[in-house]
Amino acid sequence: MSSTSLSVLADLRRAWQHGDRLYRSLLAAAGLSTIALILGIGVQLWQNSALARHAFGWRFLVTSYWDPALTDTFGALPFILGTLVTSCIALLAAIPLGVGAAIFLAELAPDWISQPLGFLVELLAAVPSVVYGLWGLFVFIPVFVRPTSEVLNRSLGFLPFFQGPVFGPSRLAAGLLLAIMVFPTITAISRDVLRAIPNSQREAALAIGATRWEMIYQVLIPYGTSGLLGAIILGLGRALGETIAVTMVIGNNLDLSASLLHPGYTMASIIANEFTEATFDLYLHALIEIGLILFVMTLVINLVARLLIWRVSRRTTLQVRA
Amino acid sequence: MNHRSIRRQIWRKSINSVMLALCGAAALAVVAPLLLILGYVVREGLPAITPQFFTALPTPVGVPGGGVVNALAGSLMTVGLGLVMAAPVGILAGIYAAMHPDNPFGVLIRFGTDVISGVPSIVMGIFAYTLVVLPQRHFSALSGGVVLAFIMLPTLTRTTEEMIRLVPSSLRDGSLALGAPEWKTTIDVLLPAALNGLVTGIMLAVARAAGEAAPMMFTAFGNPFINLDFTQPVETLPHMIFTYAISPYGDWHGKAWATALVLITLILLLNVAARLLVWWRGRRLGLVR
Repeated sequence: MSSTSLSVLADLRRAWQHGDRLYRSLLAAAGLSTIALILGIGVQLWQNSALARHAFGWRFLVTSYWDPALTDTFGALPFILGTLVTSCIALLAAIPLGVGAAIFLAELAPDWISQPLGFLVELLAAVPSVVYGLWGLFVFIPVFVRPTSEVLNRSLGFLPFFQGPVFGPSRLAAGLLLAIMVFPTITAISRDVLRAIPNSQREAALAIGATRWEMIYQVLIPYGTSGLLGAIILGLGRALGETIAVTMVIGNNLDLSASLLHPGYTMASIIANEFTEATFDLYLHALIEIGLILFVMTLVINLVARLLIWRVSRRTTLQVRA
Repeated sequence: MNHRSIRRQIWRKSINSVMLALCGAAALAVVAPLLLILGYVVREGLPAITPQFFTALPTPVGVPGGGVVNALAGSLMTVGLGLVMAAPVGILAGIYAAMHPDNPFGVLIRFGTDVISGVPSIVMGIFAYTLVVLPQRHFSALSGGVVLAFIMLPTLTRTTEEMIRLVPSSLRDGSLALGAPEWKTTIDVLLPAALNGLVTGIMLAVARAAGEAAPMMFTAFGNPFINLDFTQPVETLPHMIFTYAISPYGDWHGKAWATALVLITLILLLNVAARLLVWWRGRRLGLVR
């Protein structure tokens, strides 16, 4: 090897910073893959729903015909409403319980209680969705949802929301099961948000004679509002996209009544139920368009929630991430 | 103190105790479902667990015995394939995010990772369906692995980032000061120091992916036999639970509980082990007492 070629090699190594340039571009490429994944999902779902988008346009969002058998007409309204209704039930039940539990874990319980309890909450998040569905179908519905539904129907049956007949699998069952499934999300993040609030806030409130509850309600909750809101919205995001457990307990029925006690459908559950049965392209594209709507909804919701939570964690030294 | 202010005092104190008690009750209500679910899964599932349950193929309705060996094989294949695809990318992306906490691209990656962990798994399933199943024109273990890779990616990126950030920067600076290039520093210093952090991330990602049923319905699809060919459909544990549970047969419902017991044991063990690793590592680095 001549000396010139050696120096060329050395130049090359220097130019490549002894492999670091390659290393850095590899890292950046891996980092890009996350962003590419989000874009890729958007593009693929957009392209593969083209037939349905062209055939029905914006009407897809506001019509409620779903008829793959005779007229090939598709409208997503019942599924969008079903998703919103079940998620609302879930949040109504999960917000007071989840935030209350977070207050207990962060403010009231001594370490030897809050640590194992917090651990259990994290395990709850790890239970697979299909196991929730199994338990919901064979235990939760017969033992809790059915009796509750009958009481609601008897006492409030004059309202359209609680009209009979009472089925086991219903929107109410799905909503309540979703509430259980979003507990860990809301509880764990709210707890971290509360813990990130500086102690000076607590001391100031207690020093002017507030009771502990007054300190929590009038000082901590207003201080942590954006973080708590982020936790709740993140819980909403999970409820919207939850599929298999909901499919197992909602009864999967194109019921257009307002009754929560009737079986229904959500966006995720119609996809799970009919995707493999979509026999022609328009049908498949209509289902993929529902997936696209779901994707956009969860994307927006997650963006908002993350921004809210990030605002909290930037203000304090403590890391709050979900 | 006059009469009214004493009454007001009592009122405030009682509100205080009632609300604090309610918070305690809420904590119980949040944890209770976990205990109830675990209790039922063990009670209903345990009787069906025999050695044969892990080695036999499923039997038709009414035929006693039968097992889940096809689902065990399929879950192993799809999760394994997903991990092989997601781990390098997730770990490298996590290193990038940890090294560049303040540069706009680093922030974008961290933010994107957080956002993508909220995308429903069924949407990921459709994405993989359009990418793999449509061009190939049939369901396959490959497409199941691709979905699980997408699902694991954010978990892997995030835990890697957090664990790398826990490595004291003096270690890294020391290596760079000796003249080692960055890639060598990463391989010889950073990764060994963060090793059990990475293992934690992998265990959490595997635990999450192993429980996914929804996207498997139209990717890995299901298969009553053992199949080791990645281009053909396979059964997975969560999908098998779903199939058994929604069937009208009491016999199969029992098998659903037993399969759920196997799956949940696997997933909870992974989670507990991951947490122990974090705790052990924190203690070694002096972060936890």
